[in-house]
Amino acid sequence: MHNKTLTELAAGLRSKQFSSVELTQTFLGRIGRHETLNAFITVCEDGAIRQAHAADQLLATGQAAPLTGIPVAQKDIFCTLGTKTSCGSKMLDNFIAPYSATVVEKFERAGSVMLGKLNMDEFAMGSSNETSFYGVAHNPWDTCCVSGGSSGGSAVAVAARLTPVATGTDTGGSIRQPAAFCGITGLKPTYGRVSRYGMIAYASSLDQGGPMARNAEDAALMMQVMAGFDSKDSTSVDQPVPDYSAGLNDSLQGLKIGLPKEFFTDQLDGNIAAVIQTAIAEYQKMGAEIKEVSMPNLKLAIPAYYVIASAECSSNLSRYDGVRFGYRCQSPQDLADLYTRSRGEAFGAEVKRRILMGTYALSAGYYDAYYLKAQQVRRLISDDFKRALSEVDVLMGPVSPGTAFRIGEKTSDPIQMYLEDIYTIAINLAGLPAMSIPAGFFDDMPVGLQVIGNYFSEPKLLNIGHRYQQVTGWHLQIPKGFE
Amino acid sequence: MNSQWEAVIGLEIHTQLSTKSKIFSGAATAYGAEPNTQACAVDLGLPGVLPVLNKDAVRKAVTFGLAIDAKIAPHSVFARKNYFYPDLPKGYQISQFELPIVGNGHLDIDVDGVGKRIGITRAHLEEDAGKSLHEDFHGLTGIDLNRAGTPLLEIVSEPDMRSAKEAVAYMRKLHELVRYLEICDGNMQEGSFRCDANVSVRPKGQQEFGTRAEIKNINSFKFVEKAINHEIERQIEVIEAGGTVVQETRLYDANKDETRSMRSKEEANDYRYFPDPDLLPVEIEESLKDEIRATLPELPETKKQRFLEQYSLDLESAATLTSSRELADFYEQVVAESGGEAKLAGNWMTGDVLGALNKAGLEIGDCPVNAERLAGLLKRIADNTISGKIAKQVFDKLWNGTATADEIIEQEGLKQITDTGAIEAIVDKVIAANPVPVEQFLSGKDKALMALVGQVMKETQGKANPGEVNKMLIGKLRG
Repeated sequence: MHNKTLTELAAGLRSKQFSSVELTQTFLGRIGRHETLNAFITVCEDGAIRQAHAADQLLATGQAAPLTGIPVAQKDIFCTLGTKTSCGSKMLDNFIAPYSATVVEKFERAGSVMLGKLNMDEFAMGSSNETSFYGVAHNPWDTCCVSGGSSGGSAVAVAARLTPVATGTDTGGSIRQPAAFCGITGLKPTYGRVSRYGMIAYASSLDQGGPMARNAEDAALMMQVMAGFDSKDSTSVDQPVPDYSAGLNDSLQGLKIGLPKEFFTDQLDGNIAAVIQTAIAEYQKMGAEIKEVSMPNLKLAIPAYYVIASAECSSNLSRYDGVRFGYRCQSPQDLADLYTRSRGEAFGAEVKRRILMGTYALSAGYYDAYYLKAQQVRRLISDDFKRALSEVDVLMGPVSPGTAFRIGEKTSDPIQMYLEDIYTIAINLAGLPAMSIPAGFFDDMPVGLQVIGNYFSEPKLLNIGHRYQQVTGWHLQIPKGFE
Repeated sequence: MNSQWEAVIGLEIHTQLSTKSKIFSGAATAYGAEPNTQACAVDLGLPGVLPVLNKDAVRKAVTFGLAIDAKIAPHSVFARKNYFYPDLPKGYQISQFELPIVGNGHLDIDVDGVGKRIGITRAHLEEDAGKSLHEDFHGLTGIDLNRAGTPLLEIVSEPDMRSAKEAVAYMRKLHELVRYLEICDGNMQEGSFRCDANVSVRPKGQQEFGTRAEIKNINSFKFVEKAINHEIERQIEVIEAGGTVVQETRLYDANKDETRSMRSKEEANDYRYFPDPDLLPVEIEESLKDEIRATLPELPETKKQRFLEQYSLDLESAATLTSSRELADFYEQVVAESGGEAKLAGNWMTGDVLGALNKAGLEIGDCPVNAERLAGLLKRIADNTISGKIAKQVFDKLWNGTATADEIIEQEGLKQITDTGAIEAIVDKVIAANPVPVEQFLSGKDKALMALVGQVMKETQGKANPGEVNKMLIGKLRG
C-alpha cells in the first residue's frame, strides 16, 4: 500500500481495496517504526485518524475529491491551525498556530489527511537539516548521511515511504537538494505560483512552496492542489492554473535542452557529472537536442544570495522578540534583557549568523555596497537566464556538487555548506521554476538531475520528468529496510 | 524673540486616514475599542502572515497630493523601517522611504494678513504602531495593538516657517484641508492629527541652517505654538551662553511648558530601510488620478475667493465661513433658502450662530437651528417684519425650541408696528413727556435724539422700526 502512487491510492480508495483509515494507519505505523529517521517533528495521530474517518464517509457517498483520504505530511514551516508549528526552532517550540496556511487549507479542502509536521533546518536556514532544534533527519539510503535541507524531513519521509507525498519550501535549493540526496522528485515552482500566506518567512523574495513526491506524476497532482492566486499574498501571481497532468505524456521530440557550461566545471564531482551526462543522453534518445549555453554571472549567485536572503531574514525574524508568542527567557530584568536573552537563547547558531550578516548588509553606510549591489547582481543573473531560455526550452544540470555527505562533515565550515547550493541558488534569484528528479546513483547514494524552465513552465518540467521516469527506474528504487 | 535671531521651522504631520479597515489587513480602525479586540493575525505579526495594501488608503493619499498640487509618483515603494519596540509587532514598520507616493507640493498660509507659500517636501503612506500602557500594570507594561496597522499619511514640510505663528497657521491650514478632503477626521484628542516640529535658530541674514532639534508629539495648536516658542528661546539661550545646540529629539511636557531631551543623534536608531519584499510597488495610472481629480471637492482657498466675489463678504467672514466644509455648506444653504440674503446671513452666521455654538460647545453639524429655520428668520429681518433687536429674541426661541420664526413672531406678537398713525401718537406722547431732551436737541445736541428714540422703542416694546421713528421725530421737532 505504501509504495503506490497517488493515482493508485485514489483508485484503491474508490474501489474499496482499502479505506482511508487503513491507509492512514499504515503510514502512521511506518512513521512509528522508523522514528529514528527523525523525519517528523509532530505526528498528528488523532487528527489524522479523524480526518481519515471523515474522508471515508465522503468516499462512501461518492463526493470525494481527487486527494480525498490520501495522507500528506506538511513541512513544519506551514502554519497549521491548532497544531504546533515550530519552523524547526526552539523559538517556536511552544507555538500552536491559530490559523492555517493557504497551502494547508488547500490540502484540507482537497480532502487529504495530514499525518504530521516534518523536520527541517531552523527557519529553513541550512542545507543538511543539521540546524534543526529537533536534531538531524537521517538519510534512509545511509543513516549516517544527511538528508539535505532545509526540507530534509520531507525528503526523508517520502523516500522512506512514511508518507506518499510531502510539501517543501525552497529559498535557495531547499526542495531540490534534499530531493536529490534522498532520491525523490521535488519541484520548486515559479515565484508567486504557490501562496506564501502562512508559510513562515525566511527570505520573502525567494521563498516558494512546492511538492515533494516519488515521481513527477504525483508532483503534478500536488501542484494542482497547491498552485493558484491568493488575495492574502500580494506577491502571488493572478494567472490561471493549468492542468498539470494533461501534458505529462507529451512527446519530447525536438525539445531544446541547454547545458550551462558554468555548471560543468571542476567544482562538479566527476562521478556526478557522469550520471548527469547519462541522463541527458537518455533525453537525446527521446528526440531532444542539446546546446551549450553560457551564463557568465552565475558565479555571483552565492554572494548575492547570502546578502539578499540574510538581509530579508534579519528583518523577517525581528518579530520573534519574546513579547507576544514563542520563546521568552526566564525573569527578564528589563526590555533589553527580554529581547537579548529571548533571542539569544532560542535562536541557533546558523540563524544568528544570518541575522548578523543581514543586519550588517542593511546598515547605514553599507547598504549600497552590499544590498543594492546584490540586487543589481540579481538582475544580471535573471538576464542571463532570460537570454539562455530564449535559445532553448529548458536548462539541465546537477542539483548539488556531490551526493549526501556525512552528518557533521560540513557543520564547522559554513562556506563549504553554502557552496552546496551553488547550482540551485541562482534559480531562486531569478524566480524560475526548477525540478530535481532521481537520475542514478554514485556509491549507492542517489544523484539528482536538475531541470530549469521558463516562468510558469511547470507543466513542461513535469512532462520532462514524467517521460524520463517512464523509461528509467531510478525513481522506483527504495532504500534498504524501507521496502 | 531676540531680533538678532531667526527661527527655521519644518513640520512633520501624521494624519490618520479615515479608512474603514487597516492599511495592510482587514481589521477595523474604529477608535476606543477594548484593547486588542481590533487586531487580527496580520496586525499581531504572527509567523507567516503577509500584508495586503488597502486601496482606499492609496486613493486618500492621491487625493491629498492632488489637492496640494503635488507630483503623484507613478511608482512608489513600501520599505521596512526596522527597530525593536514592544508595541511594534513585526519589529519593523512598513513605511515609504526613497520613493514616497506624494512628491513636491505646497500650501498657502496667511499670518496677520500676509500671505506665504509653504513647501511640502513629500507625503508618504505608513502603518501606525500599537500603544504601550505604562499605568495600571504594577511595574509591567501593557500592549494594546488595536492601533497597529492604522493607515497614516505623514506630511513633511520644507523648513519654510520662521515663527511659531507661521507653524500654527500652516498646521491649521493643513488640518482644514484634510477634513475638507474627507481623508482624515482631524480629531486631535484621539491622535488622528499629530505633529512633530523641527526647530533651529540662526543669526538673521545667515544662509545656512543652525543645528535642529526635533520636538515629538505635540498634539494641539496651542501646544505647538508654546513648544516651538519655548524651543526657540532655549536654543538662543544656549548659543548666547557660548554653547552649541546638539542635534537631538526632544519631548514637549505640556504640564511644565518645557521640552526635554529624549535621545541624541548618537543614540538614534539605524533603521536599516529596505524595500518590503512582501509588497509590490504601488503603480498609479493617469486614469486613477483623473478619476480622483474629478471628485475633488472645492478647496478652502478657492471657496474663500468665490465667497468674496459671489457673496460680497469681507475677508474675515469669508475665511471664517470657509474654515470647514460643513460650515460653508450651511452658509450657502441659508443664503439660498433666504432668497439671497448673503450679507445678512454672513453677519448672523459669524456672529450669533457661531457665538451660540461656541458657548454650547457644539459643531455646526449639531446646530439646533437648521439652515431652513435660520433663513426663515433672516427673511423677516430683510422684509422689515421684525427689527434686528427683536430678531435676537426670536433666535433664542429658535435655538431652544422647534417652532419656525414666523410662528414665534406670530405667537409672541413681535411684528413691527407699520401703522404710522399708531407710531405718530406715541411719538407725540414722548415729545410731550420729555421736554429736556427736546430742548437739548433743538439747541443743537444731536445726541439727545437717541434718548427720545429709546423712549419710543420702549413704549412700543421694540416693535417700531427705529429708522422710521428717527425720521418722524426729526420731522416733528424741526417742524
